[in-house]
This record gives sequence, structure tokens and C-alpha cells, in this order.
Amino acid sequence: MYNKGLIVSGLVIFVLLVTFPIWFNGLDAGPLPKPELPPGGEKECVAPAAEMRDSHMQLLNEWRDDVLRNSDRVTVTVGGKEYQKGLQIACMQCHSNKEKFCDTCHEYAAVSPTCWDCHITPTELAKKEAQ
Amino acid sequence: MKYAFSFLAVIALILIAWLGSQIPGMQYFFGVAIPYLAVMVFLGGFIYQVVQWAKSPVPFSIQTTCGQAKSLDFVKHNRLESPHTTPEVVARMALEILTFRSLFRNTKSEIYAGPKITYESSKWLWLFALIFHYSFLVIVIRHMRLFLNPVPEVIAWLDWADSMFEIGTPALYMTDAGLLIGLLFLFSRRLTNRQVRYISLANDYFPLLLLIAIGVTGVLMRMFLRDGIDIAAIKQLGVGLVTFSPVITADIGSIFYIHLFLVCVLLVYFPFSKLMHLGGVFLSPTRNMKNDSRQVRHINPWNPEIKVHAYSAYEDEFREFMVDAGIPVEKEPEPTEEAPAEAPA
Repeated sequence: MYNKGLIVSGLVIFVLLVTFPIWFNGLDAGPLPKPELPPGGEKECVAPAAEMRDSHMQLLNEWRDDVLRNSDRVTVTVGGKEYQKGLQIACMQCHSNKEKFCDTCHEYAAVSPTCWDCHITPTELAKKEAQ
Repeated sequence: MKYAFSFLAVIALILIAWLGSQIPGMQYFFGVAIPYLAVMVFLGGFIYQVVQWAKSPVPFSIQTTCGQAKSLDFVKHNRLESPHTTPEVVARMALEILTFRSLFRNTKSEIYAGPKITYESSKWLWLFALIFHYSFLVIVIRHMRLFLNPVPEVIAWLDWADSMFEIGTPALYMTDAGLLIGLLFLFSRRLTNRQVRYISLANDYFPLLLLIAIGVTGVLMRMFLRDGIDIAAIKQLGVGLVTFSPVITADIGSIFYIHLFLVCVLLVYFPFSKLMHLGGVFLSPTRNMKNDSRQVRHINPWNPEIKVHAYSAYEDEFREFMVDAGIPVEKEPEPTEEAPAEAPA
């Protein structure tokens, strides 16, 4: 074999790179996200839980576009309950803790939604008011 | 015909994963068994191929030189095009691997009435190949967020940078667009360029179509067919796979299994196809050899071992017979040896 040293070390580097996640995690899957259920005990949402898990981001963006870009503030009625279109005036009425609800999964999946470029979380607001 | 066959093959693969993943219990087959098998075949096949290539004899010093070799001091040496030392070879290889320098030289030939043939520079192949390969690299690195827990900052940053234009929800990745645009160019080039079309085979079209299908299913899964795409459950499976404790906790949408199955097919197909240029580019003797054959002798490894029989040794062996036959010899037989032989006579 020509250049045995070079080729074998190249192959070793390649295999280490491909199997990198195995070494990085060290056979430990780590903690799973456990989003906090609404502290108020609400059971109903604007859509079933599975659907919300899959596509809440699309619903939120639709609401944003409706309200902010098309000034369509018509409320949404699901299961007899009326919801306003909005992150803080609807979602966070029940899921009141961003850090314990939103962030758990977002951090797990390394998602950085742009909601908080404009919105401010209740915790942060309280901090600012305290100052 | 050849592209139709490849197209049908990809469609068949999609159908297998789509229908298969809906059979109860088959989720573990498509989500766990196939990925493990695919990665093993990929790694094993890759190592096998590289070792086979490394074992192949290189009979001659066959670097392609496109410039002046090192010569007398007043002749300007082209270090990149005719490397003479190891650092020069490394520089040449790095430019080839990282910037696809040989594609940059691509030309287009056309015949006009006369008949007259013209050649002109054509950089499109280079440009789109570069877009495709770098997009693919970023996509592979970005997917690590589904396998690493916690996600390293650099991968989270890459994810953010790649989707910084915030087109659509979830945001479209620039590299997804780059991958598909690059692939569509490379595919349409094979259809529209007559010369390339003539030499294209099913195994040229198939990987392109397979990659297009992977890209399209990925974008569809992220942006449009979000039914059952619970990213936390998918990441749980991804992290589970690399920590050897895979679990499927949710009803993940079929589009995910299609995407995953196509990637597994790509991994299995990889070591046994032209895609092995990933490893092969490092092993191409025309690029990775030094042009120093005037200083260093290149030994052909299959040269038979020749036993030299010099004339002096030949004469030693047959001297007596030669003398007897009256053939002149360079070294006369020693008289002391002959004396006892003559004495009794």
C-alpha cells in the first residue's frame, strides 16, 4: 500500500467525523424537554396538542400577518371559547411561562424563533418594572 | 431512457418508504434498522474502497502538469501547476478540493459551418458545482442539531445564519435553495448539453435525482407537510440512534420516513458509485504526485525481480567449455588449476 500512514490516518479521521455524534453525546441521550402544562389547569387550546406541536409556528405567523399587516383582528372561536389573535393576549394567557414552556423544546432543538425580537416575556417585564 | 429509469427508481424508493412506514410496527424498521444498516454499509464500503485504491499499483509517475516544471534557475517554475515539493502538492490539492480548480478550466466546444470548431471558457459547471457542494456540506453540519444534545453554539449559529432571510415559516434555509438550484443545473446540463448527454449513464442521473428527492422532501417536511413533524420527537429518535437507545415516541409523518429512507439509500449507494469522489479526490495520482521524476526514481511496483547474470559471471560459469571450444575469454583460466589436470596425462 502506498502512503500507508497518510491513508490510514485519513480514514481514521473520516470515521471519527462520521461517528462524531456518538463521541459527543457519550452514549447519554441527555434530558428530554418537558414543557410545563398551563399553570391555570386549562385543557383546551385553539387546536389539538399534536397539531400545535407540528405547526404552532405557522399559526402564529398567520396571526401576526393578519393582525399587524392586514389589521384583521377578528377573534377565533374554538370550542365555545373566544381567542384574540396574539401571542401574549391568547397563548400566554394559559402558557404563561415562556422559560418553562416555549424555551424547553426550542433549546432542545436549537430553534431560535423571532417572537422575542418584539415581544417581551412576563418575567422580563416584571424585572424591568421592578427596576 | 437512462434518466427515465433513474427517475422511476427514485419514485419506487419513495413509494417503498411511504407505504412501508404506514404498516404498523414498520416505523422501527425504517427509523432504526435501516439507518443503522446504512451507516455500517457506508463506513465499511468507504474504507474498503479507499484501501482497494491505496493498494492499486501506480506504475508511473503520472501527475498532470499544466505548467513549467522545476528546471534551471532562470526558467520560472510554476509551483501550483507542476508541484515539485510536498507543500506545493498540498497547496495544489487544497485548491482542487476546496475550490474545484479543474472544473474552473471547463470549456465548451461548438461546431460552426465551415466546418469550424470553437472552444470557449464555460464557468457554469464550476459555479453550480461549488454552490451545490458547499450547500450540501452546510446542510450535513446543520443536521447535527438533531443528533447532538446539547447543541453546540456553533451549530445553532450556523442554523440561524443559514435562515437569516426569514422567508416563510419555518424560515427557508439558503443552503436548501442552493442545493436544489445547483442540482437542477447539474441535472439539466446532462439533458441539454449534447456531448454530456451522449456520455451520461443511468448512474450519472440516479444520484442527482436521488439528491433532488432528498432536498425536496426535506424542504416539504420543514415548510409545507408539517403533519406529524414533531421536532422534539424526531430529535429524540436522532439522539437515540447515536446513543444506541433509539425510541420512536410519536406518530411521525410519512414524509420524515421518506426523507430518512432516501438518505439511507444515498449512504448505501455512496461507496459503490461515482459519489466516492469524496474519498477519491484525495487519492488521484494525477494530482497528488510530485513532478520530481528527474530527481527521484519512481519504481514500478510490478517490475519483476530480474536476476542479473553479468558477462563476468557467465564467463566464470562456462570458461572451461569456452576455452575447449576455442572461444576467446577475457580472463585466462588459472594455470595452477589446469596443471594437476594435465600432469597425469
